[in-house]
Amino acid sequence: MAEGRFPSPFEIETPAGAEGWEELYTYSLPFSEDRRDYEDSVFWFQDGIHWPEVLTPWDATFFEYAIASLSQYNTRHYLIPPALGIDYRVLNGYAYLTPVPVTDPAEIEARVPKFMERAGYYFQNWDRLYENWRHKIDDLADQLRALDFSPLPEVEPMEVITEGRGEGSGMRLQENYRTLLNLALRLWQYHFEFLNLGYAAYLDFFGFCKEAFPNIPDLAIAKMVAGVEVDLFVPDQKLKDLAQAAIDLGVADAFAQDSAAAVIETLGSSDAGRQWLARWDEAKDPWFNFSNGSGFYHTDEVWLEHLDIPFGYLRNYIDKIRQGVDLSRPIEELRAERDRVVNEYMELLPTDEDKEAFQGKLGLARVVFPYVENHNFWVEHYSHAVIWRKMRELGETFVKEGFFADRDDVFFLKRDEINEALWDMYSAWAVGTEARGPRYWPRELERRKGILDTLRAWSPPPALGEPPEVVTEPFTIMLWGITSDSIGMWLGAGEEGGDGGLHGFAASPGVAEGPARVILTADQIGEVQEGEILVAPLTAPSWAPIFNKIKATVTDIGGMMSHAAIVCREYGLPAVTGTAFGTKQIETGQRIRVDGSTGTVTVLD
Amino acid sequence: MTYIVWFDEYRDEHLPIVGGKNRSLGEMTLAGLPVPPGFALTTHAYRQMRDQDADARHEVQDLLARIDLDDAAGLQEIAAKVRQRIEDIPMPAAVDEAIREAYGRLGEVCGDGAIPVAVRSSATAEDLIDASFAGLQDTYLWISGEDDVVAHVKRCWSSCFTDRAIAYRHEMGHDHDRLLMSVAIQKMIRPKAAGVAFTLNPTDGDRSQVAIDAAWGFGESVVSGEVTPDNFLVDKVIYEIVSRAISPKTIEYRLSDDGRSVEKAAVPDDRVTAPSLTDDEVKAVAWLARQAERHYGAPQDVEWAIDMDLPDNENAVLLQSRPETVWSRKPRKPVAKGRGDLMDGIVSTLLNPVHTRSKASTTQEQGN
Repeated sequence: MAEGRFPSPFEIETPAGAEGWEELYTYSLPFSEDRRDYEDSVFWFQDGIHWPEVLTPWDATFFEYAIASLSQYNTRHYLIPPALGIDYRVLNGYAYLTPVPVTDPAEIEARVPKFMERAGYYFQNWDRLYENWRHKIDDLADQLRALDFSPLPEVEPMEVITEGRGEGSGMRLQENYRTLLNLALRLWQYHFEFLNLGYAAYLDFFGFCKEAFPNIPDLAIAKMVAGVEVDLFVPDQKLKDLAQAAIDLGVADAFAQDSAAAVIETLGSSDAGRQWLARWDEAKDPWFNFSNGSGFYHTDEVWLEHLDIPFGYLRNYIDKIRQGVDLSRPIEELRAERDRVVNEYMELLPTDEDKEAFQGKLGLARVVFPYVENHNFWVEHYSHAVIWRKMRELGETFVKEGFFADRDDVFFLKRDEINEALWDMYSAWAVGTEARGPRYWPRELERRKGILDTLRAWSPPPALGEPPEVVTEPFTIMLWGITSDSIGMWLGAGEEGGDGGLHGFAASPGVAEGPARVILTADQIGEVQEGEILVAPLTAPSWAPIFNKIKATVTDIGGMMSHAAIVCREYGLPAVTGTAFGTKQIETGQRIRVDGSTGTVTVLD
Repeated sequence: MTYIVWFDEYRDEHLPIVGGKNRSLGEMTLAGLPVPPGFALTTHAYRQMRDQDADARHEVQDLLARIDLDDAAGLQEIAAKVRQRIEDIPMPAAVDEAIREAYGRLGEVCGDGAIPVAVRSSATAEDLIDASFAGLQDTYLWISGEDDVVAHVKRCWSSCFTDRAIAYRHEMGHDHDRLLMSVAIQKMIRPKAAGVAFTLNPTDGDRSQVAIDAAWGFGESVVSGEVTPDNFLVDKVIYEIVSRAISPKTIEYRLSDDGRSVEKAAVPDDRVTAPSLTDDEVKAVAWLARQAERHYGAPQDVEWAIDMDLPDNENAVLLQSRPETVWSRKPRKPVAKGRGDLMDGIVSTLLNPVHTRSKASTTQEQGN
């Protein structure tokens, strides 16, 4: 690892024009003099996998809910022996994390039996508990959908009187918003009910393989564990089926039109077209509640709200099918290949005891892995899409009352400020007078947007403080792909420009050469052309359809198990993830060579 | 009398008369591995030559009886005389006819009447000369035309009497007169690149890997250690290239301009630091080695080449396969060591994350 340290969080200056950014977040989120001794003594890394961009005040809600829930399970539920939670801060609008280890060996020892009892229960009852989890998520999404954020009525309807309800619509609005926050926090509690345990079981199998076969590629281990049918791939599969259906029904020509609205209008005018639309309706819920980003930002575009995205993919798939490309996934072949890989490694083990241990660990890894693979769709994509939709309904109500110019302004308030704004709205409605909001918020929102724009132009250092000699915290490695090597890479690349070569994780094997296409935000993905190599800060699972066009992928952020790496492997494309500086060092149009087997990217021009 | 055994007609009962090298080529051919075609000239041919001229046999015995192992110069002189005497023995008519006929047939099979071949000795069990000891001195490459093939069979026979081989048998107490030798005659290949491969990682004994050493031209440069070869490590289950080290390869053995011999030459600048194998070729070589390992049921040490005469994707050929001896003889360390219990395993995984563990254990393996 390279020598050196990253800047202290207290050395980082606020960019001119962003003064006062701290007030846009919960008071406990920024670094502060109050906890300086502690905050300056640990190593922080920017979580670019989940929060690569500046957080708006409301979007910080998911950041806080997610990391606190993750932590709670380690610390208070399962008592992961060497790990408490992950501490989190926001600096100049960007998310930073630090794992909190248990350092006292006696305390670690004391946590072991409790961990074994608690985690053991989940491992033993995994399938039943996971099935129950799916019901809990469906139930939670139903509760979210039922929340009514419609505007306050001029006069309460008569049944409020006749049913003797004794309460009004202002109550409903405020209560429903509090319920939404409760459900969002509950969603994140559910998210981590299984995840860390799932990763732990996976890591155990991973470690066994690495010990038996020191040179085994990470990919081989992932291949043995990965499911053949995974929820995360269903949306893409549904699109492929719909593309085929459009051809079979003879309505494929309609998709030549650029806008989804025009396509839908054309389809609506024929029987065959209406048949296709019926199939679309069948597939869309839940599967097209799929975000084109990580799902953590209100600006991430969900397919159902941005139909041009899935319809663009449909057009591409229709073209491919017409060119004779086979888009089907050979499920049986994939299964057979997985069995072959497992059997061959097993045969190479030295003893029968080893073979038995290998099978046991692989068995458990496969039991837990569906959760690891699928939770992302159900939480970050499906449930978040419902929450964003509900928040926009609430935003509409604020717009109607003159508080905001745009419904998305709702995401520029802190989550608890919305309670205050609702109170203001309710109170004026109740009293029959003028709220302060319509004069207060437009001015305040403009100020906040100015600050956030300034912060967006600032580039956050990958880490803060002094790096540990060796990264030992298991979840930092597994969830964020951060190792002593990657920290060394950040430090090295910061010092010099490098040798024209970038290094990262060998996330998906193969070698490809071609022109680069640098994509900084999700809404640029339409620019990607056939045969290009995608270079992005990170990729989202919902970008799967463009993987049919590109030759390889390079990301700044992410490890072997990042959602992006999983999709790249599924599409058999070379990928190098976690290069840290890919989007900064590569320009669109430059010819690059991506070696997904060794994790290197070379600029050829 | 059986003088010729084709590789694809090899049977176990042929072993005593064709020797270890021919057995290996025969077995690999029968296992469907891409081995260049050829045939064995059996020990019956050698015996026929030895027995048909009683005078020559006695002369050789007398010469060998005078050997004094402490007199290196004398030993060399006697060895030279013995070899000359053997080469002077006329090729027995029946053997001569058999070689010419088989060579003619090989030419027909390959569509080239003057097909270039390699002529090598194939040690039989009795003389106990380890294949690696027999080594290079009795391999004649790029021999074409039936007269030349016959002449080199004789040279091959006589090469059992190098000073080293004589001294070895002497020390081991083997009777020179009971020595029998078989010869392998195999279609020559024109290697773009060649080298060796182990079906395990020689640095840590990892059985899931194939380690490949490769250089330009004939494999002699790799075997003799005259060049630092390119090195590739390939996972033998998913055929992913795990690591590669490309070295400057300054010399190569290649066919001379007249096409009749192999010469050592400087590698042109543009190829010195270029990889000697494409990724597809690396994987094809790994696959070959893996098939040999499967066939023999034990880790192998193989010689291979990429033949320029064959089309892409089927140009990797296997020249030799023998058991790997270093790691195969060590007892293998069990992995589970009581860590079989799932919860214990998970706790230990959390306490010693693999990324910190794997490096420590690799270093330890190398230290052993």
